[in-house]
Amino acid sequence: MDLTSQTLTQILSLLNDKKVSRQEINKAYLKRIKDLNSRLNAILAVNDQSDGIPAAIKDLISTKGFRTSAGSKIIEQYYPPYNATVIERLIRKGVSVIGKTNQDEFAMGSSGENSAFGATKNPWDLSKVPGGSSSGSAVAVAADMAVFSLGTDTGGSIRQPASLSGVVGLKPSYGRVSRYGAIAMASSLDQIGPLTKSVEDAALVLSWIAGSDGYDSNCKPQEFVYDPVGLNKGINGLKIGVPKEYFGKGLDLGVEKVIKDAIKKLEELGAEIIKISLPHTEYAIAVYYIIMPSEVSSNLARFDGIRFGKDRAHFGSEPKRRIMLGTFALSSGYYDAYFTKAAKVRTLIKQDFEKAFNPPAGGVDVIVGPVSPTVAWNLGEKINDPLKMYLSDIYTIPANLAGLCGLSVPAGFSKGLPVGLQILGKAFDEETIFKVGYAFEQATDFHTPKPKL
Amino acid sequence: MKLTKDQVKYVARLANLSLTDSEEEIYLQQISSILEYIEKLNLVDTQKVKPTYNVSGNLNVYRLDEREPGLTQQQVLENSSDAKKGFFVTKGVFKEE
Repeated sequence: MDLTSQTLTQILSLLNDKKVSRQEINKAYLKRIKDLNSRLNAILAVNDQSDGIPAAIKDLISTKGFRTSAGSKIIEQYYPPYNATVIERLIRKGVSVIGKTNQDEFAMGSSGENSAFGATKNPWDLSKVPGGSSSGSAVAVAADMAVFSLGTDTGGSIRQPASLSGVVGLKPSYGRVSRYGAIAMASSLDQIGPLTKSVEDAALVLSWIAGSDGYDSNCKPQEFVYDPVGLNKGINGLKIGVPKEYFGKGLDLGVEKVIKDAIKKLEELGAEIIKISLPHTEYAIAVYYIIMPSEVSSNLARFDGIRFGKDRAHFGSEPKRRIMLGTFALSSGYYDAYFTKAAKVRTLIKQDFEKAFNPPAGGVDVIVGPVSPTVAWNLGEKINDPLKMYLSDIYTIPANLAGLCGLSVPAGFSKGLPVGLQILGKAFDEETIFKVGYAFEQATDFHTPKPKL
Repeated sequence: MKLTKDQVKYVARLANLSLTDSEEEIYLQQISSILEYIEKLNLVDTQKVKPTYNVSGNLNVYRLDEREPGLTQQQVLENSSDAKKGFFVTKGVFKEE
């Protein structure tokens, strides 16, 4: 039996029926990592003592006694004295950390190329980027190096690599999962979330990690209950909003076709497709690239080389760039024109979604569209133009600014490379986006192909 | 907006980053062009709009003022490269270094 191609749900069933042992599962995945990692560079550190359900964890998330680098030279030798809450919860469910995954340094990037330890490669085409910043987490799942993985999403860093690498990725609602133990990037935007081989796996992992722990003041107490029956209820009569602003200039024609076909499929499955407008979409990138660097400049002040890590000269160029940008935007004389202004436009972006979801006449249940304007691009193609790289985050950023939940599900291929469909839901309505994702997944075959490695 | 070399030096000092001359030049160009893109926010009328800093809606989250277990001194010190006699070593702030 090919153990490494099994989903989490399948692995749990095999274990439950005693058809396979934990040792056999770990042996299979460790061998696969050994065979593939030198080509893919997805895993930075392997735990060959892994003895539970093997999960790969983004190196931004603290694992007790196990090196946690955030993809950076500055904490290359940092061994956290505690586990992140999400890790504690996974361990309680019988999961073990099989490896820490490669990422853009301090979660800053959309391609994986900003890692201090070399870029991760896209398993569908080794000359292409896998997306970022949770590049290794996406590739570990796409290449069956783990049963599932955890990443973080501040402006799209789970959804976008999931889309570019052909796996399922969930950004939970802001406040759904405790950020305790995740090295902070932008505190009002960060969320930890799962990358998985199937939609039901993502729902299961969310049920394991959601809910407050008393350490994240913005994390709400609500549990997320995994409901396989509810997941399978179908989407008949569901109202699906399609924003006109997501289908304009800049969207690659091949990606547009895949997404439009996906929307047709949703309509075939019984959903009502409703055209909506999110008029402030064009300002989302500008808002994000003020607010996020500002929060970053504060959060990364702790890396002073005194209590941990090396001195600040060891930051890579992207962290330095964003720290500079944020420090400027928060500085006296510029604070109102930049930070406060961006925060006001953030309110308008949030209100666009509120109007779409709850207008007086009754709104849409979910909003769908592309995750990324293009499929995976060539390694090195955008690395010298930071602004060009930033502009590729257009569809994912709004959900972080508004605090919504967002799911990327494999929706097809363009030029041989994966395309993800983005399903956005109201805050704390992961149930509905999972329902849409599951219905789409079960009615299509896009989740079955695996990259040839 | 186009930054000046002096502004870049000032911001680097605030951010506790020591930049080389060529880094200063590169960041001046890149940050200036990013700020130029950001200018589009001036097209949005936000006169009557309140800023959003936190989307969770949570305010004033409290806990009981009771002691909870924390890290040991050893755990806290173990990631520093030069901790001495139970203390972190840092630059002097008075005249003696």
